[in-house]
Amino acid sequence: MTEIIGGYFTSHVPAIGGAIAKGLQGDPYWKPFFDGFPPIQKWLNQEKPDVAVVFYNDHGLNFFLDKMPTFAVGAAHEYQSADEGWGLPVYKTFTGDPALSWHIIEALVDDEFDITTCQKMFVDHAMSIPFELAWPNVDTWPVKLVPIAINTVQHPLPSAKRCLALGRAVGRALESWDSDDKIVVMGTGGLSHQLDGARAGFINSDYDRFCLDHLVNDPEALVQDSIAGIVEKAGTQGVEILNWIAARGALGARTLTKRTENYHIPISNTAAASVVLEAV
Amino acid sequence: MSAMLVSERQPIEGTTLFDGDMAQRGYALNAMCYSFNDAENREEFRRDEEAYCRKYHLTPGQRRAVADRDVLGMIAEGGNVYYLAKLAGIWGLNVQDLGAAQTGLSVDAFKAKLLSYSE
Repeated sequence: MTEIIGGYFTSHVPAIGGAIAKGLQGDPYWKPFFDGFPPIQKWLNQEKPDVAVVFYNDHGLNFFLDKMPTFAVGAAHEYQSADEGWGLPVYKTFTGDPALSWHIIEALVDDEFDITTCQKMFVDHAMSIPFELAWPNVDTWPVKLVPIAINTVQHPLPSAKRCLALGRAVGRALESWDSDDKIVVMGTGGLSHQLDGARAGFINSDYDRFCLDHLVNDPEALVQDSIAGIVEKAGTQGVEILNWIAARGALGARTLTKRTENYHIPISNTAAASVVLEAV
Repeated sequence: MSAMLVSERQPIEGTTLFDGDMAQRGYALNAMCYSFNDAENREEFRRDEEAYCRKYHLTPGQRRAVADRDVLGMIAEGGNVYYLAKLAGIWGLNVQDLGAAQTGLSVDAFKAKLLSYSE
């Protein structure tokens, strides 16, 4: 029987990739952020999941404005990293799990989610950095990947409520997947930050704390705001919380405990956080 | 008739929501920036910025904003920051530099502002 071990949530700020490349994990600026990860690495090394189902957003590597899917599910045999234009290393290739991808796709469409399917897609830092943080110093990623991209770039974005519902539908698909696999669900991005406009540099720790406090047992609290409301509270890119909301949805109604949480301001222009919700 | 901007429906101070109107307005500029995922294109832009902007049919307003390194101007002309960041990378600017440019602060003052949220 497929087992869902829980959820791993983290910020995916590109500068983290730069810090890893330069070996700055112990630097005073970076240490409070990287200190959040040994407990997460330990948990993953104990649980040894086989597959990661990851909710993330693309930043103009795979998707451009010519075709912008609201929800896109990867169904490839492998997913490559590539040059994003501003100096991050090209990361390791991910092995896909097309059988599980197509099972999720069938289940989502049956559930009336009109998703886009991608048999070829690049994944950007929003995928690679969370993996680098979770499994540092490995030659190959120890899990197979099912990526699910949510449009957080071009409005109208899907509502928070819809993202939670999408996640819940993915969770039901995982429940009905006939395998012996252990699955970790991931949500990447956030927390509050705004890169653009006269309000650039906006951070809102009160809202971030609200999200962190309600993620475990009351995710409905996170979906009461409109997208404009979330942007107002979290910043234009803080809306990446949608990925966390969807990932929380995929964990379903099972009992969860918060195994670890770290919150630190700032990493680059961002309030950064990492969390594990463990299924008990 | 085009839909109202999301930001007009519910204005947020100092914030432009990148909606359909902005996505249409900024298409050429964002397409140019998207091309910078390719190192050869970044090099071509460095060699002849004017010709490269022409090749991507930037509007006069977009061309002016790029020539002036005017970040708020690029945003106003429909630039999306995820794509503009690739252009900024060519100029050796990171998101703190962009933040400083948009807020009128020095880079040090912008970094101090970010740190102040942790207090």
